[in-house]
Amino acid sequence: MLRLTDLVKQYKTGDKALKNVNLEVPDGQVMALIGPSGAGKSTLIRCVNRLVEPTSGKIHLNDLELTTLGQGSLRRTRRRMGMIFQEYALVERLTVMENVLSGRLGYVPFWRSYFRKFPQADVNEAFRLLERVGLDHMVDKRADELSGGQRQRVGICRALIQNPELLLVDEPTASLDPKTSRQIMRLIRELCEERKLSAIINIHDVLLAQMFAERIVGLQLGEIVYDGPPDGLTPDVLTQIYGEEDWEATIEKVDDEDELGDDTPPQQQAATSN
Amino acid sequence: MPVAQTGSDRIWKRRDRRTQLTVWAVQLSCLMVFVYCWSLVSDKTIWEFVYDAPHQAGDMASRMVPPAWDYMDQLWVAIWDTINIATLGTMMAVVLAFPIAFLAARNTTPSVVFVRPIALFIIVSSRSINSLLWALMLVTIIGPGVLAGVLAIGFRSIGFCAKLLYEAIEEIDTTQVEAVTATGASGPQVLHYGIVPQILPAFAGISVFRWDINIRESTVLGLVGAGGIGLQLNASINNVAWTQVSLILLVILGTVIVSEWVSAKVRHAII
Repeated sequence: MLRLTDLVKQYKTGDKALKNVNLEVPDGQVMALIGPSGAGKSTLIRCVNRLVEPTSGKIHLNDLELTTLGQGSLRRTRRRMGMIFQEYALVERLTVMENVLSGRLGYVPFWRSYFRKFPQADVNEAFRLLERVGLDHMVDKRADELSGGQRQRVGICRALIQNPELLLVDEPTASLDPKTSRQIMRLIRELCEERKLSAIINIHDVLLAQMFAERIVGLQLGEIVYDGPPDGLTPDVLTQIYGEEDWEATIEKVDDEDELGDDTPPQQQAATSN
Repeated sequence: MPVAQTGSDRIWKRRDRRTQLTVWAVQLSCLMVFVYCWSLVSDKTIWEFVYDAPHQAGDMASRMVPPAWDYMDQLWVAIWDTINIATLGTMMAVVLAFPIAFLAARNTTPSVVFVRPIALFIIVSSRSINSLLWALMLVTIIGPGVLAGVLAIGFRSIGFCAKLLYEAIEEIDTTQVEAVTATGASGPQVLHYGIVPQILPAFAGISVFRWDINIRESTVLGLVGAGGIGLQLNASINNVAWTQVSLILLVILGTVIVSEWVSAKVRHAII
């Protein structure tokens, strides 16, 4: 369970990105965090693994308080939180395998990672994960040779090989086409269910959030303005989060769509997407 | 004020009147400075010598041909020394420049207040002294020979390589570094996985580029006794053996062409 208590982040410029955010994410829950650009979504998840240092407030992962951890224990705690990024953030000039194995860096000593001598168990797990996301034939490709969807799958593998309890997902679909976006979101959702992971997913696309999250939190100017089920997103609520717009079309018919037909095998996708 | 209303049309101009006048004033003052400097140079030139220049050049050229081809026997060793000075000097510089660049780059330096200024000072002092001057000093300190040349080239190149490399480090994509940090990797691991792969092409390009420059620089180091083909050049000039000088110039030209070709090939292969 992740619990944020009175979390505040004020940047040096004086902007308050987060104002007393209180949030609880139970184990195994997939939560979508929506809100306009600049609402503080990225700041919030970066505060959790302290890529951004929170100004005040407390963050508990189970019983461990994260904001006061020293460097060593912070690194050990980061291993328990996998992160997936908007522009994939793969190390472009390393291979797919190296990128996936980099998820184990927190577990292996420097000399092993330097000589790429990862434990065989890690390599086995990497192969298993790549097979799970349909990329086991791409092990030796360099990350910059992959398409967007493939890169994000590698990003997912890198997060999962950490064997995390929690996934922090920052705009996973922002640079992907609509179809790939759905595939990636479904993959994240399925993997969270398989591994009983909880997840915070920052996402711009309200429709995708409704389709794949069990709970939606709306953030506006650093404050939570909505916290509830996906079908509670009425036009009024969306207006409160994003501002005045015609929202009727956005929340139309979410559950009727046939989702199962469009999952292209990755091989075929590889052939068409380069 | 570049947009003005004239009747029903809105007139757009690139600059308003004040800016345009400033631009003209700057251009005019540049022209005046140029004319003034030209007259200074002209006053201090002995024009009789310059009028004579075509004749002198022709005279020298006639004494340079044909190149003394049989002198080539003595040049092979010298050119080999020259290439070695350049290569070993570059290797030394690259090895030392790598850590210095990380200490100098704003995003990787352990301390902006203490370590970074020291690293920058090393870079600036290495760059501000020409390799010929380094050689002059080193010959005095450790005596004439190839070693002085290697060190001279090395010291001069540290600053060059470190400067270009630390600029490359400062321009890396930070999200890749963030991603590696988020896995719980330690500082050295973040450096090795997040940063080094991103700067490796720049690093290789800089090294080859500097090697290429160093081949040219090492050809003159012999003038001050630091080994290589410059020694022969100096001796031939002192003996007014112009046919040997022309051969040496041809050999230098050939070496530089080969080194440019090699470095272009290598850079192409890396990038």
